[in-house]
Amino acid sequence: MSNRLTIAMPKGRIFEEAVELLRKAGYKLPPEFDESRKLIIEVEEEGLRFILAKPMDVATYVEHGVADVGIAGKDVLLEEERDVYELLDLKISACYLAVAGLPDSKMNDVAPRIATKYPNVAEAYFRSQGEQVEIIKLNGSIELAPLIGLSDRIVDIVSSGRTLKENGLVEYERIGEVTSRLIVNPVSYRIKDALIDELVTRLHEVVSVEVF
Amino acid sequence: MSRLFMFEKPLGMRDTLPELYEKKHRVRSAMAETIKLWGYQFIETPTLEYYETVGAASAIADQQLFKLLDKEGHTLVLRPEMTAPIARVAATKLLEENLPVRLAYSANVFRAQQREGGRPAEFEQIGVECLNEDTVSCDGEAIALLISSLKKAGLQQFQVSIGHVGFAQELFVQILGTNGRATALRKFLYEKNYVGYREHVNSLQLSSIDKQRLLQLLHLRGGEEVVSQANDIIENGKGKQAVTELQELWDVIRDYGVDEYVKVDFTIVSHMSYYSGILFEAYAGNVGFPIGNGGRYSLIEKFGKNTSATGFAVRIDMLLEALGSSQLVNTTHCIFFSQERRQEAFQLVQKMHEQGKQTVVQDINGVKDLDAFSKKFADTTYLIGGRIDE
Repeated sequence: MSNRLTIAMPKGRIFEEAVELLRKAGYKLPPEFDESRKLIIEVEEEGLRFILAKPMDVATYVEHGVADVGIAGKDVLLEEERDVYELLDLKISACYLAVAGLPDSKMNDVAPRIATKYPNVAEAYFRSQGEQVEIIKLNGSIELAPLIGLSDRIVDIVSSGRTLKENGLVEYERIGEVTSRLIVNPVSYRIKDALIDELVTRLHEVVSVEVF
Repeated sequence: MSRLFMFEKPLGMRDTLPELYEKKHRVRSAMAETIKLWGYQFIETPTLEYYETVGAASAIADQQLFKLLDKEGHTLVLRPEMTAPIARVAATKLLEENLPVRLAYSANVFRAQQREGGRPAEFEQIGVECLNEDTVSCDGEAIALLISSLKKAGLQQFQVSIGHVGFAQELFVQILGTNGRATALRKFLYEKNYVGYREHVNSLQLSSIDKQRLLQLLHLRGGEEVVSQANDIIENGKGKQAVTELQELWDVIRDYGVDEYVKVDFTIVSHMSYYSGILFEAYAGNVGFPIGNGGRYSLIEKFGKNTSATGFAVRIDMLLEALGSSQLVNTTHCIFFSQERRQEAFQLVQKMHEQGKQTVVQDINGVKDLDAFSKKFADTTYLIGGRIDE
């Protein structure tokens, strides 16, 4: 039971980069790993079990302890505020959280409206700026909101800025940098300390080589 | 206002149905039995307390308290934990003689949940407090008793991590100079954000040795050897005292013979802000949250006694989850009777009860679906119709 780790992986964009990182760290993951549509993948030889979750849900699985560790974007951690250890900056899937809107537009003075997938982040940010805003939670295609007059601004992650550009939006402020992080359940961190320390050390080596 | 459904309960409140009740009862009894063996006396305190006294002394965040007003307009709280009420009782009633007092409790506490409606807002804690006794032996006793009672409850795999509130605080002050400048680091440590912690340390104007000392703190968890590692990065003063206390605690725990369950961890920082010295948490491998925690606190100061205490609390619901789903064996017997043999049935059931056998006595005319009803029992006896001559 305690000699095996369950890792929650985010499906989609971050997944491939995370798998590559694990391979570089010397974990032998089978080639069919990348194409599999299974939600749970056992890698017996390494004593690892992977669960594939929506990126927004990774921190939830880890907080509840059904996954010992997880790979989650900093954007998710800021939004969800789960009780997990954030042990390592994996420096993959770099992007940033930003406020954007139509060019040369002003926010409504009375009740500016902000459309976002990140209601907590957006609210905290505007409150820190001394602005009280109305948050409109959307689940995707956030760029649409200012275009059709639903909101004055959006708060979203920006990686290349292409989506904003193609939709005629401009960036107003940067809220914070986002990369993927290695997160750990507080109980697993103590009970499976040796396994987790090894994972952290191996990943840390790979990550520091990449940067310097 | 929208209409409530008849079966709805307030958010986070739960019913305990027979099977769960029985399981809780067994776990509670096993723990309580051990606690009593160690000479701790159980007490009860009121469910409602004044907000100004217990509410304010408690370490539970204000927005997590259930508050209400009494007739005079005083703010009351549903007790969010048991440590503050016990400190109140002890300070006002039991500590007059200035002797150590060993108390225990098993009670429901109430905490309004912030997220994900439906997480329990009322749950049972069982725990002990040893008051007016400030030796490390007493901290060791709390930990040994915690281990002993968890074992008695049937838990096989678990771990207790011990730490010291004073160590990290003192390390920060030694290196950064003032308490104020340590705030950022404390916050990162408290939020478990080690990435932020490391980035912050690297951004500080410090010698590389001092940076290394701050980063080393994050690795201070493991066996007894961690204590001497901690000793290497701290200078004299209160920090050393924390290390000395933890070494002494380790020796006490070893003398109790329970060191196989214990690990040292200087990175534990509890949300319970009243802890002042040694603190600990208990984990079971299959539950994602700590099943219990405890430590030394000086809470009693708030109630006008200058003394410290140590104790622990275990969450019964978490412990049950850790114990897994063992099926209870149904041993209840049922005697069905009809009018003619009623007296005979009552005599039989009385005999069964005297033998300590769980037995239901049921008028057969009161059951519509006899097959379905009989399945609920381990065994059945029918005393119906005319008397059979022997």
